[in-house]
Amino acid sequence: MNDFYTILTASLVAINCALMGGFLIMRKMVMIGDAISHAVLPGIFVAYYISGSTASLPILAGAAFSGILATLMIEWFTKKARLQSDAAIGVSYTLLFAIGIILISKWGQNADLDQQCVLYGEIEQISFWLQPIAFGIVLPKQTVILLAVAVLLIGAVIWGYKGLFITTFDPDFALSTGVAVTFWHYFLMSGVSLTTVVSFESVGAILVIAFLSGPPAIAYLLTEDFKKMLILACLVGILCSIGGYYAAKWLDVSVAGAISTFIGLVFMIVFIGTSVLKRKVDVIST
Amino acid sequence: MEFWGHITTFFSAENYTLFVVGIGSGVLCFASGVVGTFTYLRKRALIGDVISHSVLPGVAIAFMLTGVKNPVYFLIGAVISGLLAIWIVDYVQAKSKLKPDAILALTLSVFFGLGIVLLTKIQHSGNDAQSGLDIFLFGKAASMSITDVQLFSIIAVINIACILFFLRGFNLVSFDENYARGIGFNVNFLKSFLALLTVLTVAIGVQAVGVVLMAALLITPAAGARFLTNSITRMLMYAGLFGFLSGVIGVFISYSGTGMPTGPWIVVVLSLFTIAAIMLGKQRGVLARLKLRKGNHIKINNENVLKDIYKLADDGQKTIETSILLQQEKYAASELKAILNRLEKQDYLDQVRGFIILSDRGRIAAREVIRKHRLWEIYLSKYFQMQEDHVHDDAEGIEHVITPEIEKLLIKLLERPEIDPHQSEIPYE
Repeated sequence: MNDFYTILTASLVAINCALMGGFLIMRKMVMIGDAISHAVLPGIFVAYYISGSTASLPILAGAAFSGILATLMIEWFTKKARLQSDAAIGVSYTLLFAIGIILISKWGQNADLDQQCVLYGEIEQISFWLQPIAFGIVLPKQTVILLAVAVLLIGAVIWGYKGLFITTFDPDFALSTGVAVTFWHYFLMSGVSLTTVVSFESVGAILVIAFLSGPPAIAYLLTEDFKKMLILACLVGILCSIGGYYAAKWLDVSVAGAISTFIGLVFMIVFIGTSVLKRKVDVIST
Repeated sequence: MEFWGHITTFFSAENYTLFVVGIGSGVLCFASGVVGTFTYLRKRALIGDVISHSVLPGVAIAFMLTGVKNPVYFLIGAVISGLLAIWIVDYVQAKSKLKPDAILALTLSVFFGLGIVLLTKIQHSGNDAQSGLDIFLFGKAASMSITDVQLFSIIAVINIACILFFLRGFNLVSFDENYARGIGFNVNFLKSFLALLTVLTVAIGVQAVGVVLMAALLITPAAGARFLTNSITRMLMYAGLFGFLSGVIGVFISYSGTGMPTGPWIVVVLSLFTIAAIMLGKQRGVLARLKLRKGNHIKINNENVLKDIYKLADDGQKTIETSILLQQEKYAASELKAILNRLEKQDYLDQVRGFIILSDRGRIAAREVIRKHRLWEIYLSKYFQMQEDHVHDDAEGIEHVITPEIEKLLIKLLERPEIDPHQSEIPYE
């Protein structure tokens, strides 16, 4: 049953990240996901310090707060201070992460949170958190939250598909026809913050970034159709969760690390495969 | 005072280890700031993040192969896997339709994931020497041994020397690769060499501040320095100085406070320097630009009000009632009052009991604005074939920014015209 819980949890993270990552890679904004997933540290600590517990809800609220703070900082640095965007991202999240570590090492020595947990998460221990849900079904706590977020995100993407699509692929056209570009930007950014925040606790920042960038990139190499790309990205994410999990068990290594590596391998195969195929097509057409 | 006690201990080099670690961390951050300036200028700031995450598998493999914790072997492993990551980023970017940010994110997470896999493998294999590998994740500037510091400082100094030696080439490559190639620089060599220097810097920096914060040592000093100067040499100096000071201060803070981590403090101090530079920079700084915008706003309001008075008062000859100006509804009463008071203070007009009259100075200024407005209208209709009823709005904005030199050119180009497209006379001095 442990296998099932772990794979289910990783797959849910994969689906959430694939949906958001699909839009992010088309908008050239994946590194913002990277920034948010690191910047949650100070918020988590402050929430822990105030509430005195590592219960999920306050921690999530704190994480969401510093995730939003990170996006606002990045916006301020790029728009108001006119810093180039890659530097704005780098400056913001490293500062927040540094503040988080300082707070933890000063006041959080006994807390069950540290930078290790933010970086790799604790997916191995996911089944320690089992709790009954309904109809005799038992699921880990984080998995339930991830499931709820997945339902919410799938609903949001279906409901807002048109707006997200048009503002992603042709923002100028969208602006000129009166689509609320800013609204859809923040709509997506809220989704991304929510995804990174609920995911990092179970799988860690690194796997969140791997899921945000990897499966959508692989799907993008395979199809031109954006709808198909989103679905394919979800499937690739699930496949990598399963493959990575069994590889980790077989080699007796970290699950989050193994899934990231597995994503890298799948990307390599698809990248080489599509390049070879493209070359063949080029040869035939010439 | 305890604080001064710490400072004297620090600078008197009484506590030799502390002194060496402080200076070593300063030199290391100096080198990162300098190298980072080039990655910043090439708009590849986040490549530092990728390299710092991707040194991990190299370090782990070096340990697996040699079985010892030797910083030199670690460095070799780190450099090889860092360079491999850069090469993969460049290669995938050249060969696929993927955008750079997706490739950066994917490369860094896959390399780091692989690193974690190898680290957990080493841990589970029960080799008790593995505990030292953690420093590559989170850094341990404060507990660096003197031999570590010596090694790192030597590399940092070599780095700085190489940059000084190739300064001109690196500058050109950062700004205009094609031009550099055109005048005979070996661009590919310079780019690879710069990549090697960046990876070396990251490989030693990671051991001081950790994987996540290493990106800051490269990006943050350059980001701040950019707001202080337009000269690349000065930018390198500022970035290096920010780095050095933060490195030293960070070690000092973690020494004087109990349980304070060094790396994060270096980054916080560095960010404070940079935020200060972003706010206070002479030309590009946020405050300087706000001031400039406010100055422009004042100038535009002044000129608009003078122009209105001049027109209402029959070419500025007569006295007019302030209430007529208000009736035009261009400004709210309080704002108009402020503008008029400012203009009176600067001797452009006189106000007496609700009446206004322009001074000579005010008349000259108003005529100047109107002249510029009308000249621009003629220019637009003559050279852009714009309709007479379309040129006004454009001229309304441009009249405030035409300099005396441009005005002279316009007069010359249009052969000192007498009337504008709306048949109004052009007021010359």
